[in-house]
Amino acid sequence: MTDSAIEARNVVKAFGQGGAAVRALDDVSVQIRKGEFFTLLGPSGCGKTTLLRLIAGFEMPTDGTILLDGADITYLPPNKRPVNTVFQSYALFPHLTVAQNIGFGLQMLGRPAAEVRARTDAMLALVQLEAMAGRKTSQLSGGQQQRVALARALAPQPKVLLLDEPLSALDYKLRKDMQIELKRLQLETGITFVFVTHDQEEALTMSDRVGVMSAGKLQQVGTPREIYTAPRNRFVASFIGETNFLPAVHVPGGVRIGCGAVIEVLGVAGAGATTLTIRPEQVRISDLGAAGAIAAQVTNLVYFGTDTHCYLSLADGAQVIARLQSPSNGEVGLTQGQQVGLHFVPGAAQVLAD
Amino acid sequence: MSTAETIREKASVRTAWYLSAPALIVLTFAACGPLLIMLVYSFLAPGQYGNVEWAFSLKGWQSILLSEDIFDPGVYLWADAHLSIFWRSVKLSVLTTLLTLAIGFPTAWFIATRPPKSRPLWLFLITIPFWTNLLIRTVAIFDVIRNEGVVNTLLLSAGVISAPLQITYTDTAVFIGMAYVYLPLMVLPLFAAIDRFDMRLIEAAYDLYASRMAVLRRVILPIVRPGIIAGSILVFVPSLGAVVTPRILGGGKNMMIGNFIELQFGQGRNWPLGAALSMTLLVIVTAALLIYVRAANKESAHG
Repeated sequence: MTDSAIEARNVVKAFGQGGAAVRALDDVSVQIRKGEFFTLLGPSGCGKTTLLRLIAGFEMPTDGTILLDGADITYLPPNKRPVNTVFQSYALFPHLTVAQNIGFGLQMLGRPAAEVRARTDAMLALVQLEAMAGRKTSQLSGGQQQRVALARALAPQPKVLLLDEPLSALDYKLRKDMQIELKRLQLETGITFVFVTHDQEEALTMSDRVGVMSAGKLQQVGTPREIYTAPRNRFVASFIGETNFLPAVHVPGGVRIGCGAVIEVLGVAGAGATTLTIRPEQVRISDLGAAGAIAAQVTNLVYFGTDTHCYLSLADGAQVIARLQSPSNGEVGLTQGQQVGLHFVPGAAQVLAD
Repeated sequence: MSTAETIREKASVRTAWYLSAPALIVLTFAACGPLLIMLVYSFLAPGQYGNVEWAFSLKGWQSILLSEDIFDPGVYLWADAHLSIFWRSVKLSVLTTLLTLAIGFPTAWFIATRPPKSRPLWLFLITIPFWTNLLIRTVAIFDVIRNEGVVNTLLLSAGVISAPLQITYTDTAVFIGMAYVYLPLMVLPLFAAIDRFDMRLIEAAYDLYASRMAVLRRVILPIVRPGIIAGSILVFVPSLGAVVTPRILGGGKNMMIGNFIELQFGQGRNWPLGAALSMTLLVIVTAALLIYVRAANKESAHG
């Protein structure tokens, strides 16, 4: 037995022929654990949906293997895989009622009518659509259609549920509600969820683990905290949240940034040029001349409500953004052009591999 | 709704009626006029040189089903010849509809799944036969299937058969000819329905454990059903009344209702019988359509 629900081994997917072939997936290997909420995060065209379609069976990989519970399913057609999909467009059957849509999978599996009915009722209750059972899907709102799509995919109790940007068509408020709803469903059913999104906030708030993808490659896999606090490379650091990049060179015990200040970075040894990254909320502002402070000038202040973004310019012209929590009166006590001291919270600065 | 709004709406409905009145009047005379004439003629006595005599008679209607024994006036027998013509017409029309559906569905599917850029070209190719006269198309088919035609020559030279197949002047010839002539009428409405079909539903059904057959039966067919119904009607109705195709390909013996009606107004010189036959054809078509559409809708209601 294995504890990974889905495992991709060296998966390659190329579209097109010969020299014109485009590698949508370039040697991707990942293990998705049983019962976890795994998110594939990346910009459009990064290959995340292709990976999902390979797991669902809609496409076959050019090379590599896909395992489900340790068994090779690489070339199994979708109807033979205990995996169901929630489509971005929902793809509800327009000629069937809500209840018939939800019962479709079980019917196709040849389950007895009584079981189909009982399971459909249970799913309707789970997504709180009991009153809509007899409606045609076109009579439902976007959020309701979304819940029908979820119930339909969950009804056959798949081993893995695939979700292809299911929330992108919903407005902001509904999306927030559905995020909580999805997480609840995942905990209640204990089914492994593989969720595809380009929305980093969605990825961070819902997932147990996130796989960040770019240009057909998996850049980093880790918990939301790991991904955010210890990005492996420049792409991950910039795609997830906002961050500051500062060119730097390795010196013993840390790195030296352009203005001459040496920043202590633990456990990093190397030589030559590198990049230092620090999240805006890990930048502190103090009086000019405070111990260890880097001299900076406030170039701009932007009020965002809960916090205020302070744009700073260092002695060598490098730009740093500091995110300050707005006080109750909204005034952070800084003015444009003011000379201030700047600190990085110890341990927060990271050196990027590339 | 307020009273003012109601009045305004009534006024706009009245205006719409006034505006469409000329078209409606023309339509009424053009569509109902000839029918009324036929209905009246079917209850009159035949004139000696065609035409009708203005005397009430049920002979026309009677002779659809019964024929008077020539040696024994007053004794009526079932008109077997007429019944076999009716039977052949219905049988060939149903077969034609089924064959055009079987060929037309994959064709329409093929066109609907082409890239949007090349679709108009395929549709254009489908409509090309309409540019040519029906008679010429039928003669062309005759030339293909006749004893010395392309099909027989190829089969003979390939050694599949040792003597030419007699296809012309049979029901099979009429069947082939009608399927060829009416195929575009099946393809076009099917294309319209399939073009609107959301192909992502196939993936959804496939994902939910449906086999290929189940995807077709449970998802595709129910959703494109309006196109199937429209295409079937467009093929079945003209097939049942076909005149040119059965005359050329079936010869004189393999008559269909259309030829039989034509005969009554021509050499048969029995206009009341021709009129009664026309009305009967109308009833058969209407009844067949009602049964068909009702059955199709019932099936879709059950999903």
